[in-house]
Amino acid sequence: MTTATTLSQKVWDQHLVHRAEGEPDLLYVDLHLVHEVTSAQAFDGLRLAERTVRRPDLTVATMDHNVPTAPGPEDPVSVRQMEALARNCAEFGIELYPTGHIGQGIVHVIGPQMGLTQPGLVIVCGDSHTSTHGAFGALAFGIGTSEVEHVLATQTLSQPTPGSMAVTVDGDLPPGVTAKDVILGVIARIGTGGGVGHVIEYRGSAIRSLSMEGRMTVCNMSIEAGARAGMVAPDDTTFAYVEGRSHAPKGAAWERALDHWRSLGTDPDAAFDREVRIDAWELTPYVSWGTNPAQTVSIDGAVPDPASFEDPIRRESAERALAYMALRPGTAIRDIRPDTVFIGSCTNSRIEDLRVAADVLRGRRVRDGLRAMVVPGSMLVKAQAEREGLDQVFRAAGFDWRDAGCSMCLGMNPDQLSPGERCASTSNRNFEGRQGKGGRTHLVSPAVAAATAIAGHFCTPADLGIERRAADGG
Amino acid sequence: MQPFTTHTGTALPLDRSDVDTDQIIPAEYLKRIERTGFGPFLFAEWRKDPGFVLNRPAHAGASILVAGPNFGSGSSREHAVWALEDAGFRAVIAPSLADIFRMNCTKVGLLPVRLPPDAVRRLMDAVTGDPTTRVTVDLEAKAVSAPGFHAAFDIDDFTRWRLLEGLDDIGLSLRHEEAITAFEAARPSFLPTATRSG
Repeated sequence: MTTATTLSQKVWDQHLVHRAEGEPDLLYVDLHLVHEVTSAQAFDGLRLAERTVRRPDLTVATMDHNVPTAPGPEDPVSVRQMEALARNCAEFGIELYPTGHIGQGIVHVIGPQMGLTQPGLVIVCGDSHTSTHGAFGALAFGIGTSEVEHVLATQTLSQPTPGSMAVTVDGDLPPGVTAKDVILGVIARIGTGGGVGHVIEYRGSAIRSLSMEGRMTVCNMSIEAGARAGMVAPDDTTFAYVEGRSHAPKGAAWERALDHWRSLGTDPDAAFDREVRIDAWELTPYVSWGTNPAQTVSIDGAVPDPASFEDPIRRESAERALAYMALRPGTAIRDIRPDTVFIGSCTNSRIEDLRVAADVLRGRRVRDGLRAMVVPGSMLVKAQAEREGLDQVFRAAGFDWRDAGCSMCLGMNPDQLSPGERCASTSNRNFEGRQGKGGRTHLVSPAVAAATAIAGHFCTPADLGIERRAADGG
Repeated sequence: MQPFTTHTGTALPLDRSDVDTDQIIPAEYLKRIERTGFGPFLFAEWRKDPGFVLNRPAHAGASILVAGPNFGSGSSREHAVWALEDAGFRAVIAPSLADIFRMNCTKVGLLPVRLPPDAVRRLMDAVTGDPTTRVTVDLEAKAVSAPGFHAAFDIDDFTRWRLLEGLDDIGLSLRHEEAITAFEAARPSFLPTATRSG
């Protein structure tokens, strides 16, 4: 090939099944992840049309959105949805990691954990946070249920060609600034629609310096900037993470895979349709104040005055957000006091996230009256954390230690905020009611969440005199 | 899928930006395993406010939604489109729509229409001022019109044809079954499968 191409274009072109003028491309799907909430109607559609699942061997299912993370009465409607998934997987021969199985967990945590998520793959799932898998240099799209049915039936996805967008973060991240802060900073700059129609490639030394967990956190929230997908070119950090996992290639296959993966990076002279550059030193720990993920401010800042926004749409949006969040303009972020701290979700529930939070909490106590819970992203993350004694640290600090699931990221299972309750959350969406009707969400990193749990108001570990470990995650 | 050629009806002005799919249909209503019956839960939380535009009798029966920028952001839940469809909507007009939501619309037959911000503003003001305003969304002509209002919109030819004909996407893709099989035969052997461990 003589034309210089980007990472996303390479992966796209390598999956072209059919291309014709005036039609969307037909792409082959290497891995289809399935969960209980967006699949039932797709399986029904297959049955109605008397179609079958083309490649059950490239399809993996788990239960995550609905699952309770603690013992208690089960919601019969949720149970019905999970039973439907189990029946569908049995009928169509799909590997399922149900509740109670050690392989169960948030769909975007178990794929990478099993080594199924690999560089250069096309991965889809009926969930917008499928962008997480782009951290490996895979092209990973969230899709709707009609598309889930399409992939089940054809193992392909019909897609218009996206634009390419480079988000380059160069320099050393300041102390205390984590991957979560990088992506919150990116979204604040480009806006909730800034990536629409584009695949973002995250580049630059600050991105390279992140662990795989950190890169997953960044790519995970690409959708919060409206992007079709987010990607990081695979490198030695990626290969080291994948090597040895249960579904990773072994022996000679590993060598062949490595050769392929090393060829995927964006060519030096390739051009992007859009480019955004951010100096790492400009970034700080962020806290969201509003009801969309671009409405964030530095933890050193204050709740903005809607009148300060020139754009009438942003001003009106800020006014509504402050009314919903019950916040006054000018209030210092550090003066805001959450009722609940939630550490979990596909954004920040991997082992590194838990280690960072545990380091902050070790030997300390959650502020009296504050509810705190930590929900590992998968049962294997939970087991690993328990081997490292992290569960003891969380419990001793006063955190609830839960089973794996999406939990309080979305109000679909018993873990919810009450109306008016304010939460410091490591999740990805601060939409109205996202964590429960009337709940008020502030998006933060695991480090800020843990420090906030101790202080009872938003703060950083440094505020509490806690030194961060060099290798920090989410 | 229900074909879409042209539709005339009254419009609901939802003058807000960044309307996410959690607002269109909150997660607690996603537990149904059927594809129908989501209409009553459309904008479930906002609807609790008697003053919310969807509750105004003047806008009863509206079948075209006019909204602010970045409509349908967030979750990929197709239930958001099903809820709009079930509540009688045939088209959504906004300055910009989120990618997954827009894609879901085209699979279901709810027409997503992007118009320039000033055109949406004028239409929003017109239907707010007179809720009986008849708005026509014409996919064949690629235009939205109302008394004193006309705006052309873009949509790719393939999606337009599919919507006009009401064609099943899967059937269209399966025309390329031979190409799919050939592609599969050439896939490298180091690629992972769900069932094989190692």
